[in-house]
Amino acid sequence: MRTMLKSWLPSPWLSGCLFAIWLLLNQSLALGQVLLGVLLAIAIPLLTAPLRLEFSPVTRPIALFRLLSYALVEIVRSSFNVSKIILFSKTKNVNSQFIIIPLDMDNPAGLALLSCLINSTPGTVWVEYFSDRRELSLHVFDLHDENWWIDTIKNKYEKPIMAVFE
Amino acid sequence: MMNMANDIPNWAAALVIFFLLLGSVIIVIGTLGLLRLRDFFQRIHGPAITITLGTGAILFASMILFTSTSQRLVIHELLITAFVFLTAPLGAMMVMRAAVYRVRRQKQIDDLNEK
Amino acid sequence: MKLALEISLYIALFSTMLAIVFCGIRLLLGPTAQDRVLALDTLWMCIMIFILLLGMLFGSLIYFEVALLIALTGFVSTMGLAKFLMRGEIIE
Repeated sequence: MRTMLKSWLPSPWLSGCLFAIWLLLNQSLALGQVLLGVLLAIAIPLLTAPLRLEFSPVTRPIALFRLLSYALVEIVRSSFNVSKIILFSKTKNVNSQFIIIPLDMDNPAGLALLSCLINSTPGTVWVEYFSDRRELSLHVFDLHDENWWIDTIKNKYEKPIMAVFE
Repeated sequence: MMNMANDIPNWAAALVIFFLLLGSVIIVIGTLGLLRLRDFFQRIHGPAITITLGTGAILFASMILFTSTSQRLVIHELLITAFVFLTAPLGAMMVMRAAVYRVRRQKQIDDLNEK
Repeated sequence: MKLALEISLYIALFSTMLAIVFCGIRLLLGPTAQDRVLALDTLWMCIMIFILLLGMLFGSLIYFEVALLIALTGFVSTMGLAKFLMRGEIIE
């Protein structure tokens, strides 16, 4: 029974998300739509299985939730900082620079999550990850203190992400 | 023009107005940054606030408006929110990498010409 | 309250239009190709917001699907253009 479930539903989270997306798109809970949604939720993960990479699973959803709420507050805060700079300061005085940050993490899923969070936060853009040196290159909009950025990325983002996937 | 907003409660209307005004101000500031900053690497930070906070505020306003006027939960705007929050970082990253690559290649060509 | 809601919707529509004009100017001026791609990406997003606001103004849920499709197309076009800038071809 368990192996059969495993072979028909290789990734239950993906199937659940697809089912929810189908119902949200159609805006109805009619029987036909529910059946069609179940069919799609089973068929699409099976058909796209060769495309997916193996990711380490999320072991601590609470840590993920805490990280995402911190990132949301940070997005709003730095949005206001960036808009203040755009509106009120001379563009010559803005100190935009590339910085290099050493990382301890080499988990692909964690790096993907880190890149999404960094790029969503206004004021920082991910440039490149050097996998041989385990270093990350970022572009910062208004740089005051390089050590503060390294400290923030390592303590506020990298450590919680490593805790999520450990 | 607004034929369905007759029965909207006052607090919902106030929330919708707040998010609409916040979103419109943020959208204009983001694209103003695109227009007035100096070089490409600064300009890429301007639209980021349009895409995250501006889109988020407008979608939130839309969710509150339709939920309070149609007497049921209308949350399919969450699909656009999730889609934008998943894809906007990817787009920014790809454009940034392309720009860095092009600047580097241009520098190499200039160095060769100098020799 | 209804009047205030309608006025704020018109303000939002007007400012989104202003944002579209700014993106258009950067798209025409943009000294380098990557500036133009960035402006085009932002333009897609602004048009998506504009259509959502139109849907709120007319009180119709149909516009939601248009906005979702525009967001999808904008993402694919940005990725294709960025890839083209990097390599000179899209599918290698």
